[in-house]
Amino acid sequence: MSALDPPMGLVAELTHRCPLQCPYCANPLALHRSAAELETATWRRVLEEAAALGVLQLHLSGGEPTVRKDLVELVQAAAMLGLYSNLITSGVLLDMPLLDRLAQAGLDHVQISLQDAEPDNADRIGGFTGGHARKLQAARAVTQAGLALTLNFVVHRQNVTRVPAMLDIAEALGAGRVEIAHVQYHGWALPNRDALLPSRAELDGVTATVEAARQRLKGRVVIDYVVPDYHASRPKPCMGGWGRRFITITPTGMALPCHVAESLPGLVFPSVREQSLGAIWRDSPAFMRFRGVSWMPEPCRSCDMREIDWGGCRCQAFALTGDASRTDPACEKSPDHATILAAVAARGATPAAFIYRRYANARETDD
Amino acid sequence: MTDEAAIPALAAGVKFRFDAVRQAWVVLAPERLFLPDEQAVAILTLVDGVRTLGAIIDDLAVSFDAPRAVIAGDVTTMLRDLAEKGVLRWAVL
Repeated sequence: MSALDPPMGLVAELTHRCPLQCPYCANPLALHRSAAELETATWRRVLEEAAALGVLQLHLSGGEPTVRKDLVELVQAAAMLGLYSNLITSGVLLDMPLLDRLAQAGLDHVQISLQDAEPDNADRIGGFTGGHARKLQAARAVTQAGLALTLNFVVHRQNVTRVPAMLDIAEALGAGRVEIAHVQYHGWALPNRDALLPSRAELDGVTATVEAARQRLKGRVVIDYVVPDYHASRPKPCMGGWGRRFITITPTGMALPCHVAESLPGLVFPSVREQSLGAIWRDSPAFMRFRGVSWMPEPCRSCDMREIDWGGCRCQAFALTGDASRTDPACEKSPDHATILAAVAARGATPAAFIYRRYANARETDD
Repeated sequence: MTDEAAIPALAAGVKFRFDAVRQAWVVLAPERLFLPDEQAVAILTLVDGVRTLGAIIDDLAVSFDAPRAVIAGDVTTMLRDLAEKGVLRWAVL
């Protein structure tokens, strides 16, 4: 057995509080309340342990990380530990004074989400009036502050025709990178799937737009493109493999191989309140459960892609088959591939109404 | 722009440093990181936003004891590739 590589990234979900209500949010349906959040001292300890363990990049996320009053302090702690810091934000609370403080604290990169190129529809999707205008303002402030900027456009059937306009916005705002990110059906996106899933034709249109734009924008804006694997024939190497590259910490301190893994039954996830990050990475049964290839059923076990896609996504296998150890149904070799095809075929002609991400619609937690 | 008077520099939000845990040089960038190979490390060590492409090639031709034309080709290709990926930018003189 080969030695365990150190993790590369830590995703710190600082909170589940968020002023937006995006129906595709990957947070769990059981949103954690602010009273249950980790305190600053614990986060600082986790960052120290992460750096010592070999984590190179810190992704500050949530919910909306800028609602945390200790955000600047945590960015500063990360910078002093040599951790590259990436703020993943809606941008609606990101004003110039906060941005200046974050820049001075050593923040490396900001990623701002956008819900559409058309302001009214963007605000409707995010459930936040005036959100789109604030995001554009925040993006300008980021480039003014000299920080690297990525714009992340989440794409689905209700904005899919405006990808060209989205790319124009990225170019006009001087973003170094733009992500055209098709929705992945986890968390809140799963119950909203019928309102979001694009048709095959719509997806192909976006792919063509992106490929043409890549030529046009080469050397100016890097385009990262993520396709929905409901239309794929091969699964994605989810998180670079279970317990291989990333650790996610939830707002209450639970350590997960991915931000969706809390949905899997039968796994006891460790808490940073009780264990060090190193012990969690090396010895946690939950992290070992689907690490590597020895857990794989056929056809994965004999497949020559097994150390490329690492068996795809366990959470998707569970969501669609009820068994987290089955082959990811997104794979055409999966005996359950028909469930994906059925979901695509079952898509209604008109989108269902959104179930907005808000505490009132959330499930109970165990906090 | 790969005229030898051009000056390469790390793009905003890109860090190049030595990682003590892996005992290797790493390039850290937005949503991207990689461990450059020995040749790339030698090149990136000389990218400081001040040295011209020509100066970098001169330096490496000496330290690798290789024909300048060969080094020039490798360096130019690598830096152009990194610029396309958004890791480097060409500073305006």
